[in-house]
Amino acid sequence: MTTTATRPRTDRPAAARPDTRTAPTPGWIRGIGPLGRTVAIILIAVYCLAPFYWMIVSSFRRSTDIFQNTLLPTTWSLESYRQVFDGSTMFGQAMLNSLIVASTTTAFALVLGIFAAYAIARLNFRFKTVVLAVIIGTSMFPGISVVVPLLRLFSDIGWINTYQAMIVPSLSFAIPLAVWNLTTFMKQLPYELEQAAMIDGCTKWQAFRLVLLPLAAPGIFTTAILTFIHSWNEFIIALSMVNDPAIQTATVAISKFTGASDFQAPYGAQMAAGVLVTIPLVIVVLIFQRRIVEGLTSGANK
Amino acid sequence: MSTTTTQRPEQRTTPAGKTGRLDLGEGRRAALLLSPTFLVLALVVLYPLLSAFHQSLFGSQSGLDADGFVVEGDVFVGLGNYVQIFAGTDAARFYNALWNTTFFTFTTVTLEVIIGIAMAVAMNRAFRGRALLRASILVPWAIPTAVSGLLWRWMFQADGIVNTLTNQQVLWTAEGFAAQAAVIVAEVWKTAPFIGLLVLAGMQIIPEEVYEAAKLDGANAWRQFIAITLPLVRPALLVAVLFRLLDSLRMFDLPFVLIGPRKSSVETLSILAWDESNQLQYGTASAFSIILLLYVAVIAYVFITILGADVVGEKKPKVVRARRRAQDPPAHDAPSSEPTQTKVTR
Amino acid sequence: MKQRSHDRRGVLSAALVTVGVLALTSCASGTSAPAASSDAAELTGRGPITYVSSPDASGAAQQSIDAWNAEHPDELVDWIELPLDADQQRQQMVQNAQVKGEAYTVLNLDVVWTSEFAANRWITALPEDALPLDAEIPATVEAARYRDTLYAAPYYTDAALLYSRTDLMQAAGVTAPPQTWAELQKACDAVLALPEAADMSCYAGQFDKNEGLTVNFSEAVNSAGGSLFNADGEPTVDTPEALTALNFLVDGFESGMIPEAAITFQEEQGRQSFLDGNLVFLRNWPYVYASFSATDGSSAVQDKFGTSPIPGETGPGVSTLGGRNIAISSYAENKATALDFIAFFTGQEQQGDRLAVSSRAPVFSEFFADDAVTERLPYLPDLLTSLEKAQPRPKVVQYGATTAAIQDAIYPALTGDTSPEEALADLQKALVGIAAE
Repeated sequence: MTTTATRPRTDRPAAARPDTRTAPTPGWIRGIGPLGRTVAIILIAVYCLAPFYWMIVSSFRRSTDIFQNTLLPTTWSLESYRQVFDGSTMFGQAMLNSLIVASTTTAFALVLGIFAAYAIARLNFRFKTVVLAVIIGTSMFPGISVVVPLLRLFSDIGWINTYQAMIVPSLSFAIPLAVWNLTTFMKQLPYELEQAAMIDGCTKWQAFRLVLLPLAAPGIFTTAILTFIHSWNEFIIALSMVNDPAIQTATVAISKFTGASDFQAPYGAQMAAGVLVTIPLVIVVLIFQRRIVEGLTSGANK
Repeated sequence: MSTTTTQRPEQRTTPAGKTGRLDLGEGRRAALLLSPTFLVLALVVLYPLLSAFHQSLFGSQSGLDADGFVVEGDVFVGLGNYVQIFAGTDAARFYNALWNTTFFTFTTVTLEVIIGIAMAVAMNRAFRGRALLRASILVPWAIPTAVSGLLWRWMFQADGIVNTLTNQQVLWTAEGFAAQAAVIVAEVWKTAPFIGLLVLAGMQIIPEEVYEAAKLDGANAWRQFIAITLPLVRPALLVAVLFRLLDSLRMFDLPFVLIGPRKSSVETLSILAWDESNQLQYGTASAFSIILLLYVAVIAYVFITILGADVVGEKKPKVVRARRRAQDPPAHDAPSSEPTQTKVTR
Repeated sequence: MKQRSHDRRGVLSAALVTVGVLALTSCASGTSAPAASSDAAELTGRGPITYVSSPDASGAAQQSIDAWNAEHPDELVDWIELPLDADQQRQQMVQNAQVKGEAYTVLNLDVVWTSEFAANRWITALPEDALPLDAEIPATVEAARYRDTLYAAPYYTDAALLYSRTDLMQAAGVTAPPQTWAELQKACDAVLALPEAADMSCYAGQFDKNEGLTVNFSEAVNSAGGSLFNADGEPTVDTPEALTALNFLVDGFESGMIPEAAITFQEEQGRQSFLDGNLVFLRNWPYVYASFSATDGSSAVQDKFGTSPIPGETGPGVSTLGGRNIAISSYAENKATALDFIAFFTGQEQQGDRLAVSSRAPVFSEFFADDAVTERLPYLPDLLTSLEKAQPRPKVVQYGATTAAIQDAIYPALTGDTSPEEALADLQKALVGIAAE
């Protein structure tokens, strides 16, 4: 055991940094050839984006042409977008509320998930399997059966019309995912790093923060994206626990859209709102994915 | 997960004097680290669960009183609701829903795994526009289900874009196989990215050196994928599939919005539970939820036992060997490469 | 390890909270105390209330609420908007009743929910003298009663209309809109023989497995002289009249008079099909009128269509009654304010004011003869004819189970999976079973 070789502040963690590695699985794709690879990538992108394209195109049709099947709108119109922001649903506020709920959920899930995953992956205690089983067991109960008991509970404790009434139930999906996913990640990381760090004078906490956490960054980041989106899209709990439009979330606001006349289905506005809630999400992920990963990783080098 | 191996096979190299105290401390620390998680889960799941179980043992009073009011209060029926579900007059509907749920789960998850891995492999390579590809893969998962359900319903409508493009006249949103196909297409589209992203994250901790070594050994691309990539992303893949299984077995929104409730070809257990509670049969609805919970638990257990005994990474001797060897200076260059080394040289 | 005692305290308090949650569980799920009785005499309490309703695109409801709030600063009405989807509205209201929530005061109910809410004591009986029932269309008031007690105030009403392509009928020599199913068939044959109508289909209603199917089926049965339930509330669907009605629909699908795609039609798909010029006749609600007459080029049928009451077996048919009622939640406070608000909100003055912005049909018959109103909403006279004969959908407590049974039986008959006779026999059995529950 040579301690000098395993100092955490060397560039070793960086060597395992996801973004510095360019092509971990290049081989078999390279085997198909650049053309095959390009075709595969294009196919995947088209598969994912074609329905979304339809959504965007539809959102720019007039509500009266909404059922047209032309690949571009015959008459371009911002009517649907105006409809989204007009009216009583306060869509901008609703998007902000969704952001608050989803980011708080994600933050809590990550913190609790990292703690729990660290305990399971790194600490020595009994009933680990039971712990993992119970945690995942909680995400097996059908969501629709949770609503009424929770409504009763939250009414009793005065949580109706609060953010926590939406955040805490969302955690029931987010935490098990975070715990399980992060546990597998931490399990895969070698013990020696931490040990070396501790021999080097780091406390267990420092070893965890400076060595383990950065290495688990891809897993943490992915978990964050998935839980954020899951919570961002939650509907039935948010609908049932909140009746104040000032703190309703975007999905709830969308359900309250109305069409041009009272009974007409508001397809155009729904599609426009779909675009509006999706695009910022994707942009934020694009901007932050590198930064977050780098930020976490660079922490390792301090 | 069948064994509760909590003792690491390898002996930890912490100073000997501390060991006893550490074990005790570790148990405590683990409890401390885990308690917030359990607290939250107890609050949001345990209470509804107990409440549902309690409810499932009661049936609503039948009939109206003389003034036409519904007779108040519930009657304790024990396991009556369960018996009714498995053997009562509507048992056929339950078995149909059970079959649909299972069928949807296995078809969609299988397709998602294939497509998800393909996505991950494509995304894991550096090329210009990789970030854009990642973003586009995120899109289906990011659109709220209520909206994407509507979007698909509308695309699958009799005079919708799907029929227009394929020049068919298929009634996707009526009953039958077409309806099932529509649900599967929409569900796979929406959730393959979930698997894709988790597998990608798993791939990102595979060090490049492993592939270099394999290439030196003359392994071709397919061989590398089978021998290196798949085994190494296995834990991440298993977790992804496990969570997809859990979600998919509870599938509700998509068939509900896309095809509609009470259509026998797409009715899932969750929809059945919803329908019962919509008709104020809370006892039966809760019983359905409990049955679904148990079914999900059984499938998850079987899945973990058969496929993922090491899903939580219970260490195996060979990994330990790898770790020992990793302590030799040469292997130290890339710490996270140790587990893989055994597999490559094997 | 100085922290140890601290740790222990943390674990202990966590455990305590868990125990607390468990205790709460046993309390809350164990209660099934009888609900507050709903007696009309008990409408007391004044103060702020909430109005719980579907959204209103026209802004008409907001206008009325603003008018109320301006006059009653101490009894403000706060509007809680529910989703557009009716099932979700009902689900939210039922949930609120289940937890006996005080959040909802005044409920905007679909007419078919009224019996169920009344029988479960989720809504309170209303004093008849507080509302101008005599001036309102009788069918709408009847739909607000349960077992001869008034539980709600009619808010707006709705009935079916037959939309026809008058241009094509004229070209084919059909002079009057069809009043019977036979005439409908004959008109179709004549119109579809025209070269310009070669690709069109004849007739559509709402036949997807949905509330629309219940409406269309019960309309057909009533229009054939039958009924789903007799006066004593016993199901009567296994009758020759019901068979005639079902055969009209089944034969329609078989002969192609009703296009195959109509099995997937809810209101919106039918509207779109007619709007695109693919249908000669359409059964739908009045709301589609505005989009058909749109002048922005989106309507292929602008100036080419007319309305009439729906056809029946031997003469004009009997529409199913739609619309909304306003009721007071049993669990709410400030019920006296709520009653005053309902009287104000559904009163003639407010309904008249709302007509300027909303196309919802008022429940006061007087408006239907008002030229100023009919100029804006030209279908109102036809609608009134429909309304005068309109039948409520089955007024049963277990409406959810009943409408489900109807759809479960009729849908496979329309797709040809069961014979009409079989479907009706099954339905009769199912409805008897529900009534016995």
